[in-house]
Amino acid sequence: MFFDLYRPYTVHFITPEGEKIDVKATEGDTMLDLAQRYDIELECACEGSLACSTCHVICEQEYYDKMEEPTDEENDMLDLAFGLTDTSRLGCQIAMNKDLDGLTVKMPSATRNMRVDGSKPTHH
Amino acid sequence: MLNSSAMRAFSTAIRGRPLQVAVIGSGPAGFYTAHRVLKDIPDVKIDMFESLPVPHGLVRFGVAPDHPEVKNVMNKFDEVATDDRFTFLGNVHVGGKDLPLSALKSNYDAIVFSYGASEDRRLNIPGEDLPNVYSARSFVGWYNGLPHHRELMPDLDSTDTAVIVGQGNVALDIARMLLSPIDVLRKTDVTDYALDALSKSRIKHVHVVGRRGPLQAAFTAKELREQMKLPGVRFNTDVQLLQSELANGAEYLNKSRPLKRLMSILEKEIGSPNILSGDKSWTLDFLRSPSRIIPDSTNNNVKAIEYELNRLDGPTESRRAIGTGQFVTQECGLILRSIGYKSIAMEGIPFDESSGRVPNKYGKVLNGQNEVPGLYTAGWLKRGPTGVIATTMNDAYETADTLAADFVAGKPFLNEVDGIGQKTGSQGLLQLFKDNKIRPISYVDWKLIEKMEFEAGQKFGKPREKFGRVEDMLAVLSTEDLKTSM
Ligand SMILES: Cc1cc2nc3c(=O)[nH]c(=O)nc-3n(C[C@H](O)[C@H](O)[C@H](O)COP(=O)(O)OP(=O)(O)OC[C@H]3O[C@@H](n4cnc5c(N)ncnc54)[C@H](O)[C@@H]3O)c2cc1C
Ligand code: FES
Repeated sequence: MFFDLYRPYTVHFITPEGEKIDVKATEGDTMLDLAQRYDIELECACEGSLACSTCHVICEQEYYDKMEEPTDEENDMLDLAFGLTDTSRLGCQIAMNKDLDGLTVKMPSATRNMRVDGSKPTHH
Repeated sequence: MLNSSAMRAFSTAIRGRPLQVAVIGSGPAGFYTAHRVLKDIPDVKIDMFESLPVPHGLVRFGVAPDHPEVKNVMNKFDEVATDDRFTFLGNVHVGGKDLPLSALKSNYDAIVFSYGASEDRRLNIPGEDLPNVYSARSFVGWYNGLPHHRELMPDLDSTDTAVIVGQGNVALDIARMLLSPIDVLRKTDVTDYALDALSKSRIKHVHVVGRRGPLQAAFTAKELREQMKLPGVRFNTDVQLLQSELANGAEYLNKSRPLKRLMSILEKEIGSPNILSGDKSWTLDFLRSPSRIIPDSTNNNVKAIEYELNRLDGPTESRRAIGTGQFVTQECGLILRSIGYKSIAMEGIPFDESSGRVPNKYGKVLNGQNEVPGLYTAGWLKRGPTGVIATTMNDAYETADTLAADFVAGKPFLNEVDGIGQKTGSQGLLQLFKDNKIRPISYVDWKLIEKMEFEAGQKFGKPREKFGRVEDMLAVLSTEDLKTSM
């Protein structure tokens, strides 16, 4: 894409199906911004206002450590996220900067049920 | 999700017509299922039936007025509704005598049941039907403009104390509504009549009561934090019990991050000085099982609630409440039971009365061990009445993927069991609609109703002013609009 020339950073999304999508990002772009711009199916039910948890993503430890600590409000929502990990964040709260160039975020596969991948059902 | 090119080849080759899917209920479960099915199966037509003229279920009629961010999800639902393979049929109740389920079965290949949980669990104690004793469901419906509870008119000005039985997020939503500064509520989409009643409310003290201890509370951190931040509202609880339960449960708490964080909010609060300030209060009462509601002998209004005191038994992770045979009473003039919603059965599909759900496997309806061709369920009806919108979304996607996988696998749908025939969806129902005077409301109609709500709200600096009566919603639509929407 033409405008990508002006976007200095790269972010790799990994979809629940395991597909890798590489996109370009600008300073301050959140994962929500990128998902909308590049039509990536990261859910954002509350549109970035810290009132859902559908935008949950899993980061690599190395990058996670470079991010600012999540706020209490973000942690409150993360507590409700399915399949929470130690490096989970809400996609709408991760904003790009120089340190995060090359970041990979994995969208958890909450909805892939046993029929598809042999794992346990996601509820109860 | 399934590979769409494989799907496209399959669907057109085999059927030569779109798969006709009916979705019953327009809450998050219905909309998220529809969204995913539209993605998974290109050659599909979805008709969504909704009892009320207006869509979105508990997002409109449950979610608290002061949580507008949660309602942003309506934009997503609007987007789903713009797909030209999707049709909304509001004001159409499925399962009654006007439109029995059998009529849907003969016009659709698949039916998704996502009609939620429209009743509530009762305490089953004497006095439960006294005036000013309500279910959380009806009280929430009242302030949120659910037509059915428009006339509830709770008496909020002859008492200063309310008791909410139950310790989940719905209980905290209600406590917050009762204790928030009225000027905060004025800027929300709370209904005008509820705002009026709340502005005259004398309620200053709200007790939120549970059978068991602090570690068993069901509310979540965001709601608890909001409750603690209410201006001029003190917090009371049994500090000793809290401390001993935290100490005993330390090991268990370390294993559950959400519970640990939740408890740390309580812990912090009991150590802070603002526990003493404010002329209003909210109290978390533990170890109490309501046994009786006591009327005032002069006017038969509620005067007090009596509890049996409990003690806790068993390990921290599965604490049980055991009655001690000791009773206490708490004076109060308003009682709200918030011990859970309940789904009801619909004639023509299996229903498990004990769990209050439609039995299913990943969303496919089961009759005993057997899958029922063409029938699916999602949301609170599938899973039971717990979980936030995100939970409902995941669960709806699971159901949609099950439906799509059945389609790809060539499993039988409703046409194979009901005899063949060209299923035409709502086209096949038009005569029935006419005969039974059913007037479906389209999504375009709804957006017109909503536009009027936005306009009415603007006058008062509110996001919207909801129509509280079905007649008023319908009156917005001229006869002309109704004709074109049919
Ligand atoms: C008081 C309250 C507050 C909540 N607050 C939040 C919150 O802040 N954040 C959050 O994430 N979650 C919240 N939730 C949870 C959330 O609302 C649910 O997870 C979700 O709405 C469940 O979706 P559903 O589609 O299964 O049911 P519902 O939303 O109840 O939708 C069911 C729909 O089916 C319709 N219907 C019923 N019977 C029929 C019939 N026979 N024919 C046609 N239509 C029918 C109903 O009118 C309704 O529109 C709250 C829940 C409640 C009760
Ligand atoms: S989009 Fe809702 S919390 Fe991120």
